[in-house]
Amino acid sequence: MPKLLNKKMAYRRELPDWSSEYLDPELETMSREEIEKLQVERLKETVSRCMNNPIYKKRLEEAGVSADNITSVDDIRRIPFTTKDDLRNNYPFGLASAPLEECVRLHSSSGTTGNPTVILHTQNDLDEWANQVARNLWMVGLRPNDVFQNSSGYGMFTGGLGFQYGAERLGMLTVPAAAGNSLRQIKFMKDFGTTAVHAVPSYVTRLYEVMQEQGVDPRKDTKLKVLAIGAEPHSEEQRQRIQNMLGVKAYNSFGMSEMCGPGVGFECKEQNGLHFWEDYYIVEIVDPETLEPVPDGEIGELILTSIRREAMPLLRYRTRDLTRVLGRGCPCGRNHVRLDRMKGRSDDMMVLRGVNIFPIQIEKILMQFKELASNYLITLTTDENNDNMTVEVELEDLFTDDYQRLIQLQKDVKRALKDEILLTPHVKLVPKGTLPVSEGKAVRVIDKRTVYK
Amino acid sequence: MTIKQLSIFIEIKGGTLIRVLELLGKNNIQILASTIADTKDYGIYRVICDDPTRAYLLLKEEGVNIQLTDVNAVYVENVSGEAARVMKLFSDSDIHIAYMYSFLLKGRGVLIFRTSDPSKANEIITINKLQSVFEDDLKQ
Repeated sequence: MPKLLNKKMAYRRELPDWSSEYLDPELETMSREEIEKLQVERLKETVSRCMNNPIYKKRLEEAGVSADNITSVDDIRRIPFTTKDDLRNNYPFGLASAPLEECVRLHSSSGTTGNPTVILHTQNDLDEWANQVARNLWMVGLRPNDVFQNSSGYGMFTGGLGFQYGAERLGMLTVPAAAGNSLRQIKFMKDFGTTAVHAVPSYVTRLYEVMQEQGVDPRKDTKLKVLAIGAEPHSEEQRQRIQNMLGVKAYNSFGMSEMCGPGVGFECKEQNGLHFWEDYYIVEIVDPETLEPVPDGEIGELILTSIRREAMPLLRYRTRDLTRVLGRGCPCGRNHVRLDRMKGRSDDMMVLRGVNIFPIQIEKILMQFKELASNYLITLTTDENNDNMTVEVELEDLFTDDYQRLIQLQKDVKRALKDEILLTPHVKLVPKGTLPVSEGKAVRVIDKRTVYK
Repeated sequence: MTIKQLSIFIEIKGGTLIRVLELLGKNNIQILASTIADTKDYGIYRVICDDPTRAYLLLKEEGVNIQLTDVNAVYVENVSGEAARVMKLFSDSDIHIAYMYSFLLKGRGVLIFRTSDPSKANEIITINKLQSVFEDDLKQ
């Protein structure tokens, strides 16, 4: 049976003095040298742990990498990348480095295409994950006397349980309100004296609209002071708008199920980029074509290595998210690398209202309708603060002289798409020959959202 | 009892309508009557022309979304109340009219319509001795 990493360290039983800016003063304020020293140590542990997994073992041996010959963080560049396809191809448990009997939970990505990506957790993984989230929430000023309402989807989506356990770990009264039913959300906020809410940005906007309809003034009628927003790309402008609407600070949160979930990166009170926790992850930014590192400040693909996980550590995971390094120091006293908000994707995945969607999923559904031709165009827009998808598709033949049957077809396509991508897009039928032709690399997605600015 | 109508799928904002009109013009096909529904994004453009089969093949060849539809066409007297009298014959027999439009063909009134029940509609036309328009009547 593999040895568990520092079993005694994982679960936090004591909190610092409430006046402390840091939940983990030692870890959060490490110097760069200290961070790198800890990273080397944890990378070595992780590499030896990955030797428990036959796929990783083979890869590491072929690359001539072992725990013994890792002496600096730069040695990580000798390790091959891990991709989402690796996770899919080895679905469900093929990349686990711990036996299943040591695992206590699994989560899955929010995408719905093909095999989902499954991520396993040991009890220590869950404890550390809760510690990470608690660290973030403490960082933005939340304390055990706060009331935390988690208006995020629960279930397989990590934003639910991830924030739940983290907020509880900090000692807050935590309300698992989940997403939806805005009237009830607002009632909870008022009745429970909610001081902090976590939600995807578009849902915060929706909540504010409902507050307005109900004549609720968030500044007077609630005790709200902090918002955590994430799981959906959003622009600085969108954040400003949310802050102005609700009159509180909104902090950007970054997470992905492959790395645990929320808690990987979070903004401090300076709101000058996301601190990625380098005691948990090694962060690289590479050119998505050459896979060579790019200099600080230049946009590239984010590569993450989890160096603190037991069940399923991932080595040099290609997140496909594009971002850049903003700096490694911060007036808040933390030297963990600061990354810019995500600038887009290096693949064709779209993130809409927290759901990962690939164009191929849309295509697969459209092709099931014999009335439709093969050309389609997906347009993403922000309308009145909500992100929407419009799918235009060409009609193969006019199969009817009856306008009602066209409307019915449109409805059927809409329903089938909703079943696949879990969101309802606008569907528009267009005459043949009016969309870009599918030869070579046709443009299938136009993103007009005010996000990637 | 029926004549051929062109049903063409068009996008309201797109250039399909102009393209179709130009193609018909270039090929010396004359439009005798046409109608388009007022819809948001797209609609069906319905056309009665002097050579529907040739027009259909031609537009189909050009990749236009088109269907050849059988519609009823009857002559009516050019006096007020005639259209009402004729259409009432159908509604009295519970035949639903999907759409209807009218035009003057060589000085005579013509009603074009499509019903929920084509064979019953033909029966009504025969019983009531309504005068049908034939395709040859459309030739110039």
